[in-house]
Amino acid sequence: MLSVSPDKRVPLGWGSGAQNKRNGDRVSKAVSRHLERPTKVLRGVVLITTPANASQMGGVIAAADTRASCAGLVACPSARKVTPIHSHLVVTSSGSGADCVLWERVLAREIRLYQLRHGRRLSVSGAGKLLALMLHPFKGTEVCVAATLCGWDEGDEVVCYVCSDGLRLNGELISVGSGSPYAYSVLDAGWRWSMTVNEAVALAREAVYRATHRDAYSGNNVDLFHITARGWKCRRREDLKEEYYKENRRGKEMMREYLNINSMKRHTLKTLIFRSFELLGL
Amino acid sequence: MEYLIGIRGQDFVLVASDNVAASSIIQMKHDYDKMFKLSEKILLLCVGEAGDTVQFAEYIQKNVQLYKMRNGYELSPEAAANFTRKNLADYLRSRTPYHVNLLLAGYDDTEGPALYYMDYLGALVKAPFAAHGYGRFILNLPSFTVRLIDKNGIQDMKMPLLDAK
Repeated sequence: MLSVSPDKRVPLGWGSGAQNKRNGDRVSKAVSRHLERPTKVLRGVVLITTPANASQMGGVIAAADTRASCAGLVACPSARKVTPIHSHLVVTSSGSGADCVLWERVLAREIRLYQLRHGRRLSVSGAGKLLALMLHPFKGTEVCVAATLCGWDEGDEVVCYVCSDGLRLNGELISVGSGSPYAYSVLDAGWRWSMTVNEAVALAREAVYRATHRDAYSGNNVDLFHITARGWKCRRREDLKEEYYKENRRGKEMMREYLNINSMKRHTLKTLIFRSFELLGL
Repeated sequence: MEYLIGIRGQDFVLVASDNVAASSIIQMKHDYDKMFKLSEKILLLCVGEAGDTVQFAEYIQKNVQLYKMRNGYELSPEAAANFTRKNLADYLRSRTPYHVNLLLAGYDDTEGPALYYMDYLGALVKAPFAAHGYGRFILNLPSFTVRLIDKNGIQDMKMPLLDAK
């Protein structure tokens, strides 16, 4: 059984208020006041399943960004939103940071208790049902948890989305959080049943990158987990600003090549543009 | 918006529901089943608020199955509909009302086919045809689940007949 302990130096928002108070300057006091109330932390999270492919292992890809925000402030740029529960189950969480961390622990405890009592592991949709039933009494309160359980059980990859409203869905392609519309657009464009694992990883990464680009509450890094029959595997956390700069440089080079400005004088360039407009009839 | 429709015929009830599970502005699933099988010849269709639908429908489903286990015979569609309505009405004035709209469709061997319309305020009426949701547009029939209930039980219809009246 595991538990996630976020990096003690940079907890998910509320703790750093207490630490900043020691410094005593005005800026950190304002920050610590801000962080005292738990607020909604909206996140961009992406998950997809790939079918069991003859040559590849298939499995589930769970990807998430790492920004924890608190009313316009980036409370933590390196939070962990994808948490392993046991060897074949990973949960990604979105919504209120405190609620997510708590309910992940509660779920992990209940799954372990079930395993000890019944001698077998609870299935992923069963775990989703358990979480939904545990969250049901809090419906109508300010508890905000949108968790996606991704795992493998007995020959099947399962992605189960559970929300504190009570919605519980088993699906193939789920994206949750404030960045989800942007991620969905990339996923819907690129997802096919016959994807290989590398293609799926690239797609998930691209979806999170685009979501972090446009959504203010998503950003910083991307975490990627791949869950197969053999358990989960984690990719190294990648900083997305490198991807952004790479794309910018590539764009500039392509523009430069296209216009070929270096070898043309401005006069000939102007003539060229006007002639082409004439030809197009504009 | 979620949509349910039911039509009662001579010796059958035909019910259909759309297949979209949405969460605010995003359609999360396109193949979501909104029908709950209460017994061999009774179907409950349930739409409404996110968690309430499944919780309430499964509660009714399990209780109907429990009745069969205890007594050895199944509840009739009329009894099941009244049981459902009673639960809705009891919870209506509690702190946790269920915001669900239901259609219950069943075939009784003695009474014939029956379609019951229930809404979140605890109304119950037996109707020859009924619908919930934005009934104006029935678009894109392949994205509906359509089931038929007649004296032989509940049958899935694989592909809706596009030119059937």
